[in-house]
Amino acid sequence: MRSSRLSAVWRAVVPPVVFGVLLIAAWQAFVVGAQIKPFLLPAPSAIWQMIHQNPGLIWRASLVTGGNALVGLIAGALVAVVLAAVAAAVRVIDHLSAPIVAAIAVLPIVAVAPVLYTMFGAGSQLPRQIVAGIAAFAPVFLNTLRGLRQVRPIHRELMTAYAATPWQATRAVTLPGALPHLFSGVNVAASLAVISALVAEYFGGPQTGLGSLITSAAANSGYAAAWAYVVGAIIVGLVFYLATLGLERAVSRGRVA
Amino acid sequence: MSDAHAVQIDAVSRVFASGRRTVTALDDVSLTVAPGEFVSLIGPSGCGKSTLLRLVADLDAPSAGTVSVFGKTAKQARLDQDYGIAFQQAGLLPWRTVAANIALPLELHKAPASARRSRVAELLALVGLEDFAGHYPDQLSGGMQQRVAIARALAEKPRLLLMDEPFGALDEMTRERMQTELVRLSAETGAAVVFVTHSIPEAVFLSDRVVVMSPRPGRVTRVIELALGPAAERGERLRESTDFYAAVTAVREALHGEGAALPVGVETR
Repeated sequence: MRSSRLSAVWRAVVPPVVFGVLLIAAWQAFVVGAQIKPFLLPAPSAIWQMIHQNPGLIWRASLVTGGNALVGLIAGALVAVVLAAVAAAVRVIDHLSAPIVAAIAVLPIVAVAPVLYTMFGAGSQLPRQIVAGIAAFAPVFLNTLRGLRQVRPIHRELMTAYAATPWQATRAVTLPGALPHLFSGVNVAASLAVISALVAEYFGGPQTGLGSLITSAAANSGYAAAWAYVVGAIIVGLVFYLATLGLERAVSRGRVA
Repeated sequence: MSDAHAVQIDAVSRVFASGRRTVTALDDVSLTVAPGEFVSLIGPSGCGKSTLLRLVADLDAPSAGTVSVFGKTAKQARLDQDYGIAFQQAGLLPWRTVAANIALPLELHKAPASARRSRVAELLALVGLEDFAGHYPDQLSGGMQQRVAIARALAEKPRLLLMDEPFGALDEMTRERMQTELVRLSAETGAAVVFVTHSIPEAVFLSDRVVVMSPRPGRVTRVIELALGPAAERGERLRESTDFYAAVTAVREALHGEGAALPVGVETR
């Protein structure tokens, strides 16, 4: 049993790793063999060298961008959950909020970054956090609202039969039923928050995050360095995605998918 | 206030309005259930048997007539938690373990944690699921889920158990085993049971009285008293006895007595 599970893990892990290694090897061979100029495409070895030489720099920049994304994600998700709860309970608010939520969902959020920099000053991280928060809001709101509405009739009748108060019914049935939806919303929102926080840096603000460093490295012909920061951005995105996926799995325990 | 009847249904009608049409689900139905009595409601789909049960449970209100439970209004009986209920679907909460599902009504009515634990252990033993306390509903078979639902319905030792085709979705073998268990449980707990079914052998095996209903409008056509012996002595042997067959035949004739003109019913569940 244990050995079969272990071999299943191997089967899941080994092919993508082998594929990734082969891809990087092919990339290296192509860049070296065809003598590609570094401004077109630096070799993986050059990128790795940059990472190896400046791990602290990439780490600090990742913390800044990841921190902004995290603050935005948490704030956006909290507002979304509270508003979804209110919208699920009060029909009028649901109708009032629907067009605003639709507008937020289609708004190119990073486009408001320059406006926010003038509002809060170019030295502030707040505009980036706001951008990440707005990006995170819509998926969490929509998913949570859908989850809150999906109470099975039999569970509702059961609560009536038990003479449960509305608050008891909410706590026993509605909220636990909505949790997996909430967290799959957070999972989607996490990637959006990282991308938004990163891209918001392209429009100004303090030169400390991954996005700012990618643009300045590229502008100063530091192509391998720019790619090294991109690697940092990929890792930040992965961490956010996997952490929220883990949360979603944890709260979905014991349910039919 | 009289406690003479567990359930007293007096000249009850229930009319549903759907668009411009109205459907009379129940028409002038009267019925009493004594404490500790096992009564089955049987009839074709659309005869209003589920509707009648929902009126007793106060999940629906009659258009005319009165329903009283232990001498109170149905609503008061629901608020006082005088009945336990089980539906055709188990309706367990998928994020709760078996034990936590059974504990749900106790939690909602603020039973102390220690009392809750011992009662849940008792109920798990009663329905034979001691080894599954920590399992989640989706890890159980349909029959096991239904046993959990029945344990949940019994959690607060109700004097009245309302069951709406609880074995309807089970296979025949599981179903017969569950029936034997239910007969034992109702004898042990002394609770009155109102049991909705459309299976004749099931009604006969379980009941002290079988109420035969006809559709459109839903009416009680016959009430058949059964004397198949005390519940505790009912077992697999009973299913093969001539008394059992005679009773099954009696109920069948009562059901089909209306002649061949029985319309194809509409589900009103």
